[in-house]
Amino acid sequence: MNKITFPLVGNYRTPIIYLFKHILECEIVEPPPITKKTIELGNANSPEFVCTPFKYTLGTYIEALEKGANIVVQFGGGCRYGYYFELQEQILKDLGYEFKYVNFVTKGVTNLKEIYLKLKEINPKLKVDKLIYYSFITFKMLKYMDRCDDYIRQNIGFEEKKELENINKEMLNKFLNVKGYLDLRRTYKKYYKKLKKVKINKPKNCLKIGIIGELYTVMEPFANYYLERELASYNIEIKRFTNAHYLLIEKRKKGLKYLKSAKKYIKYKMGADSHDNIGRCKYLCKKKYDGIIHIKSSFCTPEIGSMAIINKICKEYDIPVIFFSFDANTSEVGIKTRLEAFYDMIEMRKKNEKLLSRH
Amino acid sequence: MKNCYLGIDIGSISTKGVIIDENNNIIKSEYIWTEANPIKAVKKLIENLKNNLDKNIVIKGIGTTGSARKLIGLLLDANVIKNEITAHAVGTLNFYPECKTILEIGGQDSKIILINNGIITDYAMNTLCAAGTGAFLSSQAKRLKIKIEDFGKLALKSNNPVKIAARCTVFAESDLVHKAQLGYKIEDIVAGLSKSIVLNYLNNVGKGKKIKPPIVFQGGVSKNIGVVKYFKEILKEDIIVDSNSHLMGAIGIAILAKNKNNKIYDLNIKDIKFETKGMECNKCPNNCEILKIYKDEKLIDAFGSKCNREIKN
Repeated sequence: MNKITFPLVGNYRTPIIYLFKHILECEIVEPPPITKKTIELGNANSPEFVCTPFKYTLGTYIEALEKGANIVVQFGGGCRYGYYFELQEQILKDLGYEFKYVNFVTKGVTNLKEIYLKLKEINPKLKVDKLIYYSFITFKMLKYMDRCDDYIRQNIGFEEKKELENINKEMLNKFLNVKGYLDLRRTYKKYYKKLKKVKINKPKNCLKIGIIGELYTVMEPFANYYLERELASYNIEIKRFTNAHYLLIEKRKKGLKYLKSAKKYIKYKMGADSHDNIGRCKYLCKKKYDGIIHIKSSFCTPEIGSMAIINKICKEYDIPVIFFSFDANTSEVGIKTRLEAFYDMIEMRKKNEKLLSRH
Repeated sequence: MKNCYLGIDIGSISTKGVIIDENNNIIKSEYIWTEANPIKAVKKLIENLKNNLDKNIVIKGIGTTGSARKLIGLLLDANVIKNEITAHAVGTLNFYPECKTILEIGGQDSKIILINNGIITDYAMNTLCAAGTGAFLSSQAKRLKIKIEDFGKLALKSNNPVKIAARCTVFAESDLVHKAQLGYKIEDIVAGLSKSIVLNYLNNVGKGKKIKPPIVFQGGVSKNIGVVKYFKEILKEDIIVDSNSHLMGAIGIAILAKNKNNKIYDLNIKDIKFETKGMECNKCPNNCEILKIYKDEKLIDAFGSKCNREIKN
């Protein structure tokens, strides 16, 4: 009996489970949510100076394999992430687990035919039309999820009662059991209306912060010590660019656009999301955001390259920027102190601006 | 009746307290060692401050800052609890409104704050290592068997500071031992240490920051004349060290407390039983370390949990 498991990031377990349930006809071992235990397991079994997402995903695999999974999937990517597959497979085999490791994106290239063949190995009865239909629904689901997330991010700092997150959770639970595209759309519309009905008390001139950085750390709240929740408690509107829909669909086009918009600073791609982030930084500066937060996991090479340029852009536009590097050993108190000081700083600047404009 | 405000800065090594009046004049100040027991230190600090205090003075606001700000803020029911970066900037700007750069080296951390037209425009704090902070200096002073108070004077005697690789505390120490074993004079080593603090600070915390005059230097290490000398030498600018430079954080937080809506405080905390209990929540694999705070055996707050689960006694 095939028992499949997958790495976790953000809320995206829902679409993955939905897709696998319908196309693979095998048991799905849902990995437990990421906790301190996950990162401890990952940390103990990884090379020390590997980037942190490696440790998180490895920890998740170990927990899922302990629960009885025997197929592990990984997606590969455009930086060191592309080499996770070989190393993780070896580490897990050395630990004595017996399983099959399937990597859908090899050599940094997404080849649809190859993915189909790999899925067919797991479920020989898989038909192309079924795969296309459910993939389509899954992509739509991602789009809807990300749209709701964007709305929540903009408003969560200003809601009167804490409702937005609960509504979102409820929606994700309903998404898991939708009967087809029309049902999905109906559910989405119903809950999106509900989200919009939540009372929001947002001043016109509120503080706005943009979050950019390495994709895993940006998308997984546990990996960034719930940065967004912390910012919301300061009543700040948050803009975040990276989400699954962006990475899977928009990146190809928009990435080039970002590269072009920042051509004063960079000529070539620097791997992963680094050139996107430089373009986004310029966008945020031009839109006169009050501050920019750049986060990455420790040892993320592409982002280290982009940090110097981001610093330069922010200086030119005179926008405050702060950099955080997250690791399993980061002290949470240190981050909170720096974040609080950053908030004080942008708040003071905003007040001062208002005073100056009145004169 | 005279309205006054109390600011307390509880750092890793020392605890500072000031009482200021409506015009930000210092009425009384106190500086004692924390000795890893912030509650005890603050109780002692407040007793000292209350000693011989004018009977007319009414404390109408309390602010806490420094690494134990949250705990002590709860103990005193403070109306402002703020990070040390903001507090230092506010305190310094009160005395030097023209100031453009604040260099601060404390016990466990060091920071740089850039100011333009009276508002903070940029800041940085040491991230990785404590090399280049007060804790490093005091541990090395102990190793060399010199009093930390004499450290600066000794450094000034040297004309030839030794080079010390001060990227990391542990390696700096082994380099220091090596230099001592080679037979360098003690004042040269002390001067080398002071210089390495400055270089380390400028390379780590001050990296990429434009340091413009007027420059104010504060924190415990600013009392070390050797370090001040090398800052002047390397930055080629004048460095202002206020006589109250070690109190700036406390003054800043007192000023912030003044600007909030206030109530009257009595400072009778000597007899309040204040306890903290650490526990591990075993409800999920996160095993959050939760700190529960009891005032007179009643739970008043708990922090440290990642989820929003309610915590009971």
